[in-house]
Amino acid sequence: MKLDRDAFTARGLIVTRGFVDLHAHLREPGFEESETVESGARAALRGGFTTVCAMPNTEPPIDSPGAVRELIERGIAADAARVLPVACITRGRAGRELSDMVELAASGAVLFSDDGSPVEDGRLFRSALEYSRSAGRPISEHPQDLALTRHGVMHEGVVSAALGIAGMPAAAEESAIARDLSLVRLTGGSLHLAHVSTAGAVELVRQAKAEGVAVTCEVTPHHLALTDEWVAGSRELAFIEQLKEADPTHPLVQSRPGIAYDSNTKVNPPLRTAADVRACWAGLRDGTIDAIATDHAPHASVRKDVELEAAAFGIAALETAVPLLLAGVAAGLADLDTVLAALTTGPARVLGRELEPNDWIVIDPLREWTVSTGELVSKSANTPLLGRTVRGRVVMAVVGGETRFEEPAA
Amino acid sequence: MSERSHREAAPGRPKAEFPAPKWNRHHVLSTEDWSRAEIETVLENAHAMAEVLSRPVRRAPALHGRTVILFFAEVSTRTRVSFELAAKALSADVINITATGSSVEKGETLLDTVRTLQALGGDVVVMRHWASGAPYFVAERTESAVINAGDGAHAHPSQGLLDAYTLRDALGDLGGKRVVIVGDVLYSRVARSDIHTLVPLGAEITLSGPPTLMPAAWRCGSLPDKVRYEPDVDRALDGADAVIALRLQRERADAGLLPSLREYARVWGITDARVARMRPEAPVLHPGPMNEGIEIDAAVAHGPRSLIERQVTNGVAIRMALLYLLAGTRAS
Repeated sequence: MKLDRDAFTARGLIVTRGFVDLHAHLREPGFEESETVESGARAALRGGFTTVCAMPNTEPPIDSPGAVRELIERGIAADAARVLPVACITRGRAGRELSDMVELAASGAVLFSDDGSPVEDGRLFRSALEYSRSAGRPISEHPQDLALTRHGVMHEGVVSAALGIAGMPAAAEESAIARDLSLVRLTGGSLHLAHVSTAGAVELVRQAKAEGVAVTCEVTPHHLALTDEWVAGSRELAFIEQLKEADPTHPLVQSRPGIAYDSNTKVNPPLRTAADVRACWAGLRDGTIDAIATDHAPHASVRKDVELEAAAFGIAALETAVPLLLAGVAAGLADLDTVLAALTTGPARVLGRELEPNDWIVIDPLREWTVSTGELVSKSANTPLLGRTVRGRVVMAVVGGETRFEEPAA
Repeated sequence: MSERSHREAAPGRPKAEFPAPKWNRHHVLSTEDWSRAEIETVLENAHAMAEVLSRPVRRAPALHGRTVILFFAEVSTRTRVSFELAAKALSADVINITATGSSVEKGETLLDTVRTLQALGGDVVVMRHWASGAPYFVAERTESAVINAGDGAHAHPSQGLLDAYTLRDALGDLGGKRVVIVGDVLYSRVARSDIHTLVPLGAEITLSGPPTLMPAAWRCGSLPDKVRYEPDVDRALDGADAVIALRLQRERADAGLLPSLREYARVWGITDARVARMRPEAPVLHPGPMNEGIEIDAAVAHGPRSLIERQVTNGVAIRMALLYLLAGTRAS
């Protein structure tokens, strides 16, 4: 199908290559009450992601060629976004022995990750970096020192001190990244860092890249927009002042507070400070950060409608990525092309793949909508944006030349 | 009673025994965002309540026909009994709900409990919970007024208010007075509520205790307004107007935060020698229950400078004031 770009552009719509999400939790098998491959692939498409990488921390975990093939089949059956399987680094995600990486890659795994957990054992992680070269797929590591974050619920700082909530210090992410980078230097492996979120983390990657270390990294939309103040009930974007100045009518300038201790603000890595958010945008602008990935982490209400400390980590993020990122563009933190590249060519490069030539999406940058269970396609609505009116929405998605989603014009 | 607490009773209400103050809060979750006027209102009402407690028959009808539910999901005798006495002194009906570990093991969630509370229809829910923020969760989902009787390491507003009441009684106006809080500030809801109640009244706070038991952000300079940190407890106490010793949980040593309880007692324990560093007559407070010989010496705890028993008595008056403000001044 040939898209008439000019007709869309004339109407003020943005036509772009379909987004590629390096990091989403589709929860199947094992946690189908939160999401399925089918609902997750449809949520991805609704959010503009024509390709979505499904993380393997399912039950059982995706650590066998059979499980990889099964996931691919379910993805095809979903008839929505393309679903690419990520397979475990270690068997059972247990962190004790390597998974059969070469066979997993041959079955279709595009990336290896134990996401949700780091590979704590440095020797095993070294082996993973070395051995994955035979599989020809990069390792996506979840950088976190688990001892430093034990019992932690949110970013450690002034807000956690005031709330009396155990913190996860920035140092837990940064020291893990420092180890990971040292091992890449040692092994010559290929490393992708998942969801970097602190100023120090961005700086470590910047330095490593300057040295020529083979490392890539991603940042989530929520780490580009929200802060730890949201756990205390604030609903002000990190860049609200710039946004207010640029566009006082933007719906996200309305900062009606939420409730404190909302478990929908609980995510790992945690929402950080405004300074960290600024550093992430700087990393995006100068190419330190290669990709924007959602870390879509849907959870059924039974895992979220509990005490903050008892709640699961994660934000359902596929469908709110576009409005959050466009708000950042509106605030002048990066130009639109930089953001679109980080959603398309950037992640494709991490995967070592070409963009699908016939995957397109159309965004209405002015469309306002209210984030609600009714509007979200995902089975879960665990987002702190729930109830907020946002601006910017995908109105059409084409996969392989076939229009798989189209919203009637408003 | 001071002049300004004499306000007219709400129109259409029979003459009240207590002043009917301006009061707009539906819940008492934390005093962090309270104005000085609101804190003063509670303290003034507590004076009226203390008068009731001094009568031969300690009972007033203000909450007659109202139901107060005490929901304690964490073991507490002192605070629960204090609220129960307060509610009964105001003639409220009192229901006790305890949710111990066993009901959690049976799969009963806080949400289940909230549904029960909502069905019971209490006017006020007084709750204690191990999780910081749990009272916000309940307040969001019930029509009852919620009083936080201690949530995790976050807040214990009635304790902050009773400490303010006790200190004011002993020191008069707290403007410019320096209060030292010693111990496990990191995990202490009492310390947070003391800060959020004493600072608006004009006090300055010096925190002291092991660096491992201070929030790192506070230790590294990002302290709340009018609060400073002095790790050397002797220096912190020099010339101070009062000290509040915090309870030290014995498991802190096991968690690698302290070398030993013995070392803690030597370095940060409140002894007679340390009390002598403060201004003459400067009082000693402790939220209880005490580990005598660890955070406070028995001689200090039961000595002439101790206001610890007074805190217990004042606690009932403060809790009566809170219950009255939330449930006694609203039309039925």
